[in-house]
Amino acid sequence: MAVHYYDRDDINTDLLFPGKYTYKCSTGPEIREHLLEDLDPEFAGKVQPGDVLMAGRNFGCGSSREQPSVGLRYVGVEAVIARSFARIFYRSAINQGLLLVESPEAVEAYSPGDEVEVDPGRGVVTVGGEDFDFPALPDEMLEILEDGGLLAHIRKTVKGGE
Amino acid sequence: MGKTFAQKILGRESGRDLEVGDIVFVEPDYVLTHDNTAAIIDKFESTVPGGRVRYPDRLAIVLDHVVPAASSKNAAGHAKIRRFVREQGIEHFYDAGTGICHQVLPEMGLVSPGAVIVGSDSHTCTYGAFNAFAAGIDRTEAAGLWITGKTWFKVPPTVSIEMTGHLVGRVSAKDLILRIIGDMGADGANYMAVEFHGPAIGSLRMSDRMTMANMGIEMGAKLAVFPVDRVTQEYLRNRGPDATQTMWSDVDAEFCQVREYDLEELEPVVAMPHNVDNVAPISELGKVEVDQVFLGTCTNGRLDDLEAALDVMGEAPVHGNVRMIVGPASREVYLKADRAGLLARFVEAGAMVIPPGCGPCLGAHMGALAPGERCLSTANRNFQGRMGEKEAEIWLGSAETAAATAIAGYIADPREVR
Ligand code: SF4
Repeated sequence: MAVHYYDRDDINTDLLFPGKYTYKCSTGPEIREHLLEDLDPEFAGKVQPGDVLMAGRNFGCGSSREQPSVGLRYVGVEAVIARSFARIFYRSAINQGLLLVESPEAVEAYSPGDEVEVDPGRGVVTVGGEDFDFPALPDEMLEILEDGGLLAHIRKTVKGGE
Repeated sequence: MGKTFAQKILGRESGRDLEVGDIVFVEPDYVLTHDNTAAIIDKFESTVPGGRVRYPDRLAIVLDHVVPAASSKNAAGHAKIRRFVREQGIEHFYDAGTGICHQVLPEMGLVSPGAVIVGSDSHTCTYGAFNAFAAGIDRTEAAGLWITGKTWFKVPPTVSIEMTGHLVGRVSAKDLILRIIGDMGADGANYMAVEFHGPAIGSLRMSDRMTMANMGIEMGAKLAVFPVDRVTQEYLRNRGPDATQTMWSDVDAEFCQVREYDLEELEPVVAMPHNVDNVAPISELGKVEVDQVFLGTCTNGRLDDLEAALDVMGEAPVHGNVRMIVGPASREVYLKADRAGLLARFVEAGAMVIPPGCGPCLGAHMGALAPGERCLSTANRNFQGRMGEKEAEIWLGSAETAAATAIAGYIADPREVR
């Protein structure tokens, strides 16, 4: 598990996924090629399932396009930990089943090389052995995350004989 | 401690006493989608094949973004939407020609004070002008709402904008909201609710309030909301909504930020390329020549805007170097403007009047710009490439400024015209 640390604020949806591809790419494999292209051109090549992203304030600001959250989820990023998130991205991430951890303290405490672990159920993120609480999600939203996103969750509940 | 508008609305919906940061599930009164309904239908049908929309009477679908269709691909999208509307028995469907969604929903009486409305369009916040809790969502979430009827909200902190005085001369509500966004910054209200307060509100018309609420998202806001008063009730009368179920913050509500504006101190401003918060007074600009002027959109395509523009233009023709495009925001606006002779005056002056819809706003249809060209638009966004060309410039201003610019050929202060 690696931590991809971007020590900056206002990482917008264009840095996460350039607008010029918005109407060209919509599937996971298509998005992956351009994911974080203008922020970290090596990201697509090095990211592994279970990795974590860490960044500053207002992560995901800008347009309402879905590709950043769809893409991060597709490549298997376990969580994005940031000082704060832009609201449409926050919603979109949950809809795609991508865990977001809002913890300025955890970002502050991080130094490169630290182990990072997230326990969404307890609402705890561990950085270099130190625990930080983050606002735990209500059960219903945790279920959405665990099921892999809103539509997957709905598919399951509908099939489950609602 | 008192409660804010957002705390009260979400508290009412969830039956709980809420603090900022709490997450609640609510069933919105309406879910708006537009031409992007076609993509949402795909998500819906692959998730619940053969399924029914949970609350068909809560869907509002407006075809406005690319109307009439610009290509066979757009037309196929529209056709798919019409098929779905028939199959699912969607009552609130407004086909091409009715107008821009954010103008149509209030006109059709779907926007009530205190209502919860979500839409897969970031300018859904416009309905805050009518005291509705209205916010943008993504397409996946719209598909989910069609199936389950509910979604979640996090209780936002609230910024209060306190306004005194009244707008003077040709200074408009657009200048006011651009000034506010310039001061707050493009993320200044991220994840927050914005409440408009103060004695100045009584002097703002519904069209002014819609212009302002519409642009709430341009400072990151989740919602931008006004209280209900006589002006609101007057607009809603005969359109259906119950204007008595209003909701407003307590006098001792806790705001995370308070900003004060004296409307008499404002002057005409523009947002310069390529960000909405890049705001400057026209008086400080040099001679900025333009190739196109676009008067329209959900921000400034209302009857009041068309009238204000003609008041500035008088009998003067559109400058020879300028194409002027006028887009009435809805069929209702178009008809009223036509019956009052306004459309003829624009056409006589040399402008082009287009059918009700988004028109050139999002660069998907007509009125595109060439590389190196400059447009003064009354829209809400001037991001690079927004009108279809990366190497073009979009400057945002009021209807009055658009008119002054159209006849001068450069960005002009409407107060300087006669
Ligand atoms: S007029 Fe422009 S901003 Fe308004 S809904 Fe249409 S495309 Fe969006």
